[in-house]
Order: sequence, then structure tokens, then C-alpha cells
Amino acid sequence: MRTLRVLLDKELRQFVRSPFLPKLVLLFPLVVMLVIPWVTTMDVRHIDVAVVDSDRSSASERLVRKIAASDCFTLRGTFDRYDAALAALDEGAADVVVEVPDGFGRSAAGGPAERVRISANGVNAVKGSLGMQYLMQTLTQTLSELRADRGLQPLAEPVVVQNRYNPTLEYRFYMIPALMIMLLIMLCGFLPALNLVGEKETGTIEQINVTPVSRLSFTLAKLIPYWVVGFAVLTLAMLLARIVYGLSPAGSLGAVYLAAALFVFTMSGVGVIAANYSSTMQQTMFVMFFFVMIFMMMSGLITPVESMPGWAKTLTRFLPPRYFVGIMRAVYLKGSTVAELRADYAALAVFAVLSNAWAAASYRKRS
Amino acid sequence: MERSDCAIEVSGLTKRYGALTALDGVSFRVGRGELFGLIGPDGAGKTTLFRLIATLLTPDAGTASVDGFDIGRDARRIRARVGYMPGRFSLYPDLSVGENLDFFASLFGVRIADHSDLIAPIYRQIEPFRRRRAGKLSGGMKQKLALCCALIHRPSVLLLDEPTTGVDAVSRSEFWDMLSELRTKGISMLVSTPYMDEAQRCGRIALCDKGRVLAVDTPAGTAARFDGALYALSGPDMYGLLLAARAAHGVRECYPFGAVHHLIPGRGFSAERFVAELAGKGFRNAELRPAEAGIEDVFIRLMRHE
Repeated sequence: MRTLRVLLDKELRQFVRSPFLPKLVLLFPLVVMLVIPWVTTMDVRHIDVAVVDSDRSSASERLVRKIAASDCFTLRGTFDRYDAALAALDEGAADVVVEVPDGFGRSAAGGPAERVRISANGVNAVKGSLGMQYLMQTLTQTLSELRADRGLQPLAEPVVVQNRYNPTLEYRFYMIPALMIMLLIMLCGFLPALNLVGEKETGTIEQINVTPVSRLSFTLAKLIPYWVVGFAVLTLAMLLARIVYGLSPAGSLGAVYLAAALFVFTMSGVGVIAANYSSTMQQTMFVMFFFVMIFMMMSGLITPVESMPGWAKTLTRFLPPRYFVGIMRAVYLKGSTVAELRADYAALAVFAVLSNAWAAASYRKRS
Repeated sequence: MERSDCAIEVSGLTKRYGALTALDGVSFRVGRGELFGLIGPDGAGKTTLFRLIATLLTPDAGTASVDGFDIGRDARRIRARVGYMPGRFSLYPDLSVGENLDFFASLFGVRIADHSDLIAPIYRQIEPFRRRRAGKLSGGMKQKLALCCALIHRPSVLLLDEPTTGVDAVSRSEFWDMLSELRTKGISMLVSTPYMDEAQRCGRIALCDKGRVLAVDTPAGTAARFDGALYALSGPDMYGLLLAARAAHGVRECYPFGAVHHLIPGRGFSAERFVAELAGKGFRNAELRPAEAGIEDVFIRLMRHE
């Protein structure tokens, strides 16, 4: 215990004295929380629409006005011919082309059915498919209104969609818990790894290795500071989420911190393992990048695990962040409790124990 | 020497790094209270030997013990009684002089004051810089701080790997004075150095080359191993002289040695005839006189004729 205190005291001094670590720990969460939520939004707005109005009726005009008025679309012009509009799509001036057929108005008034054609640019798949969906909604809405005006039965709307927990499907609210997780992955994974391998590079670890300091004390002294850093960073990020975006966890703080604790233990353990098996900064960096990359892309941070192929889904069971991502979103947005998520908490706890045991076991005083 | 009198006993120690054999069956004993020198060029395996004895490496073959404790089985006991000063400065550069000392003292569970008799003479010299970061010290100061840190727990055996490499001549001499002082306090020391002149300050020395120990003896005893004649050759155009001497009849070997060349005569060598021969080649003022062999001469001979 006394040895551990001495080692921790040394780590603290070095941390405070480091020309960039304290700044990094403060600036990194600030930048990530203040900038990224504004830029990584999947809410697609201002989709450029080109309309080919072959109908030229009041009904088609109403549709065009509606498109122009919507925040989702920017009307790039009305064309007479379809190929002119398609040329606009080619040039990139429009993302979606809507062709309103001759007879649209009559059709809306109960005449023979006509088909509205929507062509979307699929290069940006998200923008294209969302644009298509928004347009369909606008179209159905306009048609219903037109029919209601004429005293006809509104079109049957077979599905009623209501988004629970994030009613406006605000992508930002989906991303913010994920950003907190990214912060913890980066800081609690990389910092202990770089610290430990730094001691190898300066040779100071040899001086430690010839002292009677136990492997456990030494490893703990490398882990504990970054547990503290992890909690501090998470707290800062949560405060920013609340102040700047008005997002507070729907569930209890205890549930967030318990999951964060287990995850921070796991990540710092992973960092120490990576450092124990490498002898230079470059090696550690690349090993860490490899894991962090997989953690970021495969644990449902950005794209949902459910949409992955079967084998990848199986693989994600071995990724600690997958459980943390699930817990954070459930607690933050849905207000789930520890009891409800006990399986995920248990999985994280297993990872925390395994990675730290491995970290302590893989440290060798002798090569 | 009895086993129990051994501070360090090394027997058949072998260490390989892949295809390279860094240490090849090295054996020697360091007595208690002895100042034992490992003399040899870079690549002789000195650092590997230190790292093995300091329990930082596992040998491929052979054994070694410190104060009777085996480096394999009793590594923990050895760590408590050995002070190790690696060749490269490896204290925390971002901690101050005082903090480094406090840190290592605390790790061993001692206070600086506990062993002040041992450290004070050295620490006094760096005390004015107590608050300075260790990374900002001069080479000589760093080395004194490293020695203090290695002594902080009053080790019975001190391992010093090239402590004077890259340090100025005055500091080097001072450093050896400190080691002599420590020896009087009963600390056994294993010191490596590439400098032959420092070998004189050791009780006994081992000449090492390419992972082997060539000879173990006192400095005087080592020098006395040189049998046969030795000449010192000097004159203007030393390099031309060296080439001419090497080509001359009856010269077995000639190599630069400080300000002169040392010449080992072969069969049928005559000093007069040699000087005359040189004069014939245009080296009129060449001077040849008998010289006393030093450790380096023995070393060169052992290296070339093993």
C-alpha cells in the first residue's frame, strides 16, 4: 500500500508537470463535446430538389410550394422536361428529382391513378434515401390535404410512427452518449499505454524493475491515475451535454457511473496490455489504433450492431464497448436501470476483471 | 576464494539474442568488498552481463548468484540488496534531484537520512541543485545523482555499467575516488569501463571481448602477463611510421598506443637494423626504445591471439 502511494505520488507529479497532458485531458472533451455533435449529424436537411411539373395544375403547384416551404428541402427549380432535371442531378445541383405527371391534379381529385416518379442520387446513400422518404411523406400529406379540400376520404395512412425516447429523432441525442464513450476509449486506452511505454523508452522502468516493487503495485500505479482521468472527463462531458445540449441522463447517474467505471477499468487495462507487449511508442500506437478502430466501428457507436452481418454480430460480443454503448444509450435516453441491464453490466464486469488481470500478469520485470 | 566470500559468482553464463551470442560461458567471482572491473570494448557483452546479474534478463545457460542468492530463484532477494546504475541515465528527467532521491528511498522503504554516511559525500556535491529537474543536470551531475539513487538502500553489491562513459576527465577521476571511498565502507562493486586507464583503479579486472572473459587478474598481474619484449616507436609522420613499421622485417605487430606506437618484435628482430631500415625509408628521426607493457597491450595480444 505504501509503495503504491509513493508510485501514485510520482505519477501525479509527472502528470501535472507534463507540458501537454493536463491540457489534453481538458481540451479533448471540450472540443469533442462542443464541436462534434454539430457536425456529425445524420439529420439530413436542405436536400436539393428539382421538380418536373408536367401537370401545371393548382394541385401540383401546391405540392411544389410545400416542398419549397419545408426545411428539409431546397427547391432548385421547376423544369419542363425530365431530362433537364436529370441533367441537374448529374451536375450535382439536385439530389432528388420529382416528376409530377400530367393528370396529377385530376388523380388527386379522384380521377384515374397516376404515378409520381422520384429519382434520387444514391452516391450519398443517407441523403438519397432520407430525401426519398421525406418526399414521400410530403407527397402523401399534400394528397391527403387535396382530397380533404374536395370532401373526399383522406388517403388511408396505414402506419403511424412515433419515436419514443427521442421523439424528434434528434441524431445529436443519439450521438452524445457515443461521443462520451469515444472520449473514454481514447483517453483511458491511450494514456496509460503511452505512459508505460514511455518509461520503457527512457529506461526508467529498468530502475523500477531492480527495486522490490511488486508487479501489482506498479501496474495499479499506472492504471489508477487514468481511472481518475476517465471519471473527470466523463463528468465534464456530461456537464457539457446538459448545459449546451440540454441532455441529461433519463436514468440514474449511478447507473452511468457504474458502467463508466467498469468500462474505464477495461480500457486502461487494454492500454497497459498493449504497452507490456511492445517496446516502443510506435508499436503501442499501432496496436492501440487497431483495437480502438475496431472498438469504434464495431460496437454500435456509429452504426447499429443489429445491421451487421451475423458473424460480425457474434464478434461484437467480445468487444467491451458494445455493452457500454448499449448501457449508455439505454440509461441516457430511455432511463433504464442497472437491474434491467444487468446482463450488460455483468459482461462489462467480466471484461474489467479479465483485462486488468492480464495487464498485471503480462508485466514482466525480467525479459 | 570460498563461496561464502563471494559477492557475485558467475558460472558459465550464456545469453543469446537470436543468432547473436552476447555472452558465451562467462565465469568469474567477485569477492566481498572487492572493486572488480570489467574491461572491454563495446559489444563485449558487459551490459548483458549486468542486466543478467541485476535480474533484468534470464540467462540461456549457466548460473549467477549475488551474496549467495541465485538470480533465477531468488530474484526478489537480490533486488533488495543490489544497487544498479545502468549505462544510460534512467532516472525520471521530469522529477527534481530531491524528488528522484525521495522516490527511490521510499520504494525501498528507507529515508535519505538513514544512510547519510554513505550518500552524504556524494549528495553534498549535487545538493545545491536539489530543486533542479534531473533531466536538466550536466552529465557529471546526472551520474552522481544516479549513484546516490543506487546507494539509497545501502546495497551490499553495486553494479555500475560504464558509469564514466561520456563524462569529462576530471569528473571521471572524481567518480573513481568516490568508488574507492565506498569500497572502504564494505560495498562490493562490479564496474565496467571501456577505458583502460580506469582499470588501474580496480582491485581485480576481467578482460572481456565478444562475450568471453579473456583473463581475470589484478591490474598489475594482468600487465605482467605480457611476456617478451615491447618497444615504443615515435617520430614525425606517425601514420607513415606505423605503415613502415608494419611492413618492416621482423616486426610481429605494431599498433598506435597513445602518443606512440607499440611494437611487438618477432623472431630475428634487431632494434639497430630496424631503425636503420626506417632511416633508409626516410624516417630519419624515428625513435625506438623499450617500453613497459600495460593492460592494453595484454588486451590486444589476448584479443588477437585467442
